[in-house]
Order: sequence, then structure tokens, then C-alpha cells
Amino acid sequence: MSLTVLTYIVVGFTFAVYIAIAIATRASSTKDFYVADGGVNPIANGMATAADWMSAASFISMAGLIALSYNGYGGSVFLMGWTGGYVLLALLIAPYLRKYGKYTVPDFIGERYYSDTARVVAVICLVLCSVTYVIGQMKGVGVAFSRFLETDYETGLGIGMFIVFFYAVVGGMKGITYTQIAQYVVLITAYTIPAIFISLQLTGNPLPQLGLGSTLVGTDVYLLDKLDLILVDLGFQEYTTTLRGSTLNMLAFTASLMIGTAGLPHVIIRFFTVPSVAAARRSAGWALVFIAILYTTAPAIAAMARLNIIDTMWSSEAEALLIEDKPGWFENWEQTGLLKVEDLNGDGRIQYTADPDTNELTKLDNDILVLANPEIAQLPNWVIALVAAGGLAAALSTAAGLLLAISSAISHDLLKSTYMPSISDKAELRASRIAMAAAVLGAGYLGLNPPGFAAGTVALAFGLAASSLFPALLMGIFARGVNREGAVAGMLAGISVTLLYVFQHKGIMFIPGTSFLGDMSPNWFFGIEPNAFGVVGAIMNFIVALTVSRVTAPPPQEVEDLLDFLHEPAAAKSASGN
Amino acid sequence: MASAKSSKRRQAFAATVRSLMWKLLAVWLIVSFGFGILLVEPLNEYRLGGYKLGFWFAQQGSIFVFIALIFYFSAAMTRFEKRYSEQDDSEAEK
Repeated sequence: MSLTVLTYIVVGFTFAVYIAIAIATRASSTKDFYVADGGVNPIANGMATAADWMSAASFISMAGLIALSYNGYGGSVFLMGWTGGYVLLALLIAPYLRKYGKYTVPDFIGERYYSDTARVVAVICLVLCSVTYVIGQMKGVGVAFSRFLETDYETGLGIGMFIVFFYAVVGGMKGITYTQIAQYVVLITAYTIPAIFISLQLTGNPLPQLGLGSTLVGTDVYLLDKLDLILVDLGFQEYTTTLRGSTLNMLAFTASLMIGTAGLPHVIIRFFTVPSVAAARRSAGWALVFIAILYTTAPAIAAMARLNIIDTMWSSEAEALLIEDKPGWFENWEQTGLLKVEDLNGDGRIQYTADPDTNELTKLDNDILVLANPEIAQLPNWVIALVAAGGLAAALSTAAGLLLAISSAISHDLLKSTYMPSISDKAELRASRIAMAAAVLGAGYLGLNPPGFAAGTVALAFGLAASSLFPALLMGIFARGVNREGAVAGMLAGISVTLLYVFQHKGIMFIPGTSFLGDMSPNWFFGIEPNAFGVVGAIMNFIVALTVSRVTAPPPQEVEDLLDFLHEPAAAKSASGN
Repeated sequence: MASAKSSKRRQAFAATVRSLMWKLLAVWLIVSFGFGILLVEPLNEYRLGGYKLGFWFAQQGSIFVFIALIFYFSAAMTRFEKRYSEQDDSEAEK
């Protein structure tokens, strides 16, 4: 059976499962639609959160980012940043918002800051960061389709939009939750199977986490030592020690990703679906367990695949690969444009080196590492088909969670709570489905235009969440003195500073040529790269909010009461929490 | 419930929670920003199998510690809340 047919079968089967689950668990009330009736088991919610959280970027791009763009150690910012945020979420945010017991993040901000303006600003921040994020997923779907199913990018995007549209709009949070559980199973299987095979081949240890610290088969040389040695031989920097930028940049980058994670609304609302405050805390732990399975495997895939690629390019006698000896996967991926070679010195061999003047492997895309991994390790075709289904599961599950966050912010926070308080439950449910449909179409459009936009979006979403929503939530829960004026000014200051910094270096809406300071590292503020700037925006937000609150009227008594309620110990006996 | 005594106990509860939170956040900070970034070079002098220790913390160890922190917090909070509500019951009986 050809690979394409096999991939169609595997992907088609998983899609049928997702749709069947959505129909079986479709939402019938607003509470079903927004928070799955608040009845999801904490472990099940942990698994759904993991799928919600791990996007196409985690699944397809992260290992390659670590191994190639960030040269090993520098990539640790993603690993620590995207997991460490869960500690903040579990300790500082999720239990309190679950105790509050409403449906959305702007709900809380509106009530805590006793202000429709604060709620509307929160909706704007939420929509900005969720829409930018969902565009990245749509692009992931389009790319996965075009590579594995041989459609063009636009068709792939269209099919992806249709599937997400169908099950998110019909199923609401309830359908999404159970679909995400299925998607987690698909994506984690697809990610770990090739990793286990590769780890066995290279080190004889089936656990990639241990294999990465083991010796290579038949030698007493450690895998990481070997990798350091040969990279330095080829003129690259050492894998295990090379910083990304500076120490300060790594600190800022990690901090931005951590607080961005803890401020992303589509992740926070997942904790509204469990039955109690205690369940919300436990559920965050399970979410991180399920996430860590992928996140501790990724660095192993990164190092092992990099080693495999170098082994392909250079024989043990330090002879470069003859062009006519290129393995099959090499040609497959050359056709996609993710891999390019050019015989610069005309010797019929491909020299892979660090020096751009002599390097003949002229393009080695980050995404290759995960996508071509099964072929490089000569695994059977069904593993390759599974990787395609896994990448799609990661993109679709995240897109669905984001769409739900967007639609509930619009139908619940803008219509029900702000502009149309008399709207009926049924009309609100219909409005949220219409809002979701509009969000799918909008995201699909932005997935195509402007062309450079999709690539920059995921990092931007984190910067926006870190600089606007996280500080507003944290101060809302712990700083009693912060008032309406402070919160609104803080959110606006944080998000403006971050947007300005990113756009001035990367171009307005990432359109090349519109950057007004140029994307040059000498212009970076203390050497902090734009993707790492969220933490600076967050600090601005804190400073502005605290200063403004000091010179304006203190919050009213209702806010005191609300905070007393949030910090009051949850009842240990009744499981229902509030 | 709203007596002076119960509000005192509620404050004591809040103080217990806060002190636990600070301790756990300190560990969170030390393993990631400390061991994983600031102290990575001195730690890399030591090894854990084939891993340099600082590199291991940055790419594996910190994540395991994060998981342990959340479950520890979750268990401790449940214990605190149980103790608090038991005190509540014993007060109601008096």
C-alpha cells in the first residue's frame, strides 16, 4: 500500500472518531457549551488540557527549533518556559478562578475591577492573543496536509477549517473536551513511537529520556559528548552549552513563555470544567504530567535526529555524502522545499558545515526533524502516517480550544454581560456558535494573508498574554489595592509596549519592510529578542497598574468581599467546591 | 461563622497557604532560572550519566520538579482545608 493511501486511511479514521465524539457529546445548554457542565474528571481534564496546550508548534516544530535554530542548550527556554508556566497556573491562578466559578476570563476581570471597560479591554486582549494563536494552528494544518496528503496548502487549510468548524461549533466545550482526549492519545502515540525506535537504535535504551544520557551502542562514548565533538569538528558550536543570545535573553525568554502560559485564556478556561477547586489543582498536575511526556521526549528527538543527520552527511572516514548515494527520504523532502542541497564546489559530494560559504546543505528546515524522523530512522510506513495524524491532532485540538475561548468571550462577555443583558440562554448559545464560525473564517483568511503573518504568530500570542492578561489576573487575585483605573491602564500599557516592540523589529503585521527599527540585534533592548519581550510588557503592566491605583479611588467593598470569598478555604467535605 | 475567632483562624489559614506558596515558588525559581540558566556552567562540571548536570536540569530535571511541586501543593492544600473544616466542626459542637 502506498504511503499516501495509508496516510489517508489513518488520518481519515482519526477525523471520523473526532466527529463521532463531537456528535455524541454535543452541547445542549450554555453551561455545556462553555464549561462542559463543570463535570469533567480531573485526570480527563488534564489530558484534554495537554492536547489543548500542545499545538502544531510543540508537535512539529519544537524539537527542530531546539536542535537546529537554538543549537541544543539554547532551546531549553522552550522546555522550561512552556512547562514552568503550569506551576504558576496551579499555585496562583487556576484554583482561584475555579472558585470564582464563572465561565470566562473576562467575566472575572469585569467583576473584580467592577467595570465594563475592564471587561471589554480583557475581551480585546483575549481575542488578539487567541486569534494570533489560532492562525498558527491553521497554518500547521495546511502544511501537514500539503506534505502528507499531497494537496496544496489552500486546500489543506480549507479541509482543516471545515473539520474544526464542525466539531467545535456542534460540540462546544463538552464535545471539545472529549475530542481532545482522543487527540491527546493520537498525538502522544505518534510522537513517542519514533522516539523509542531511535533511542533503541542509537543507545539500546527504549526510554528516550534515559537514552539521551546513555552511551552509543557498541561504544563507551556518551551520545551527547559525541554530538558536541562532531559539531565542533564541523565548525558549529557545542550542543550542550551554547547560549541563546545572552544569559539575560534566556532568562527573559523563559519568563515570558512561563507567564504567557499562565495567562492564556484557552488554557485557563479548561480548569472551569472540573467539579471543584481541589480538582482544579490536581488537574493542573495531571496536565503537566501528560505534557511532560512529550516535553521530555522532545530534547531526545532533537539531539538524536541531529546526530543521525550528521551521520548521513559524513561517513566515519570524514568523507562527505556522494550526491548519487542520497537516501530516499532526502529526495522526498527536497521536493517539499524544506531541504535543499547545492554542490557549490562541484565535487559531487554534499559538504554539511557551519560556514555559509562552503555549506552545501543550503536548507534544513526545523520541521524536518520531527516530520522526517521516521524516514531517517527507516521506520515502517504506518509510523509515518501516524506522525501525520499526530501533527493534525495537535493543531486541531489547540485550534478548537482557542475558538471556544474567542466565542465565549464574544457571546458571553460582550453580549450577555455588557451590551445585551436580556439575551436568552438559547440566543446566547446561538450567538456563541455564530461567533465561532466567524472566528474560523477570520483565522482561515489570516492563515493565507498576509503571507508572513502566520509564522510569527505563536510567539506573539505568548507575548500578548504575558503582558496583558496574566498581570491583570494575578493582581486581581492577590493585590487588594489595585482598582479599575489601574487595571485598565496596566493592560493597555503592557499590550502596547509588547506589540510596539515586536512590530518595530519584525514589521507591522510581520510584513517585511515595514519594521521601523529593523530586525537587527544591536537595536534590541538590552539584547532581548522580540519573542522574549512579554516579560518586559508584564513589568510595565504591573508598574502602571500599581502607580495608577495609588492615585485613584480604592476599590469598593464588593471587591473586598469577592477577594475574601476567593481566599476562603474551600470546603473539604462537599466535592462541589462552591 | 463570622465571629472574631473564626476570622482569626481564617487569617491563620491564609498565612499558612501563603508561606507554602512562597516556598514552592522559590524551588520553582531555583531549579529553572537558577540551575537551568544562571548556575548552568558550574553545574555542568558535574555529570548525571551522559548528561552535564546543568544541561540536564534545563532540559529534563526542571520539568520533573515542576510536576512534583504541583502535586505537593495540591496534597498540602487539601490537608490544610481538611484541618480547617475539622476545627470548624469542633467549634460548632462547643
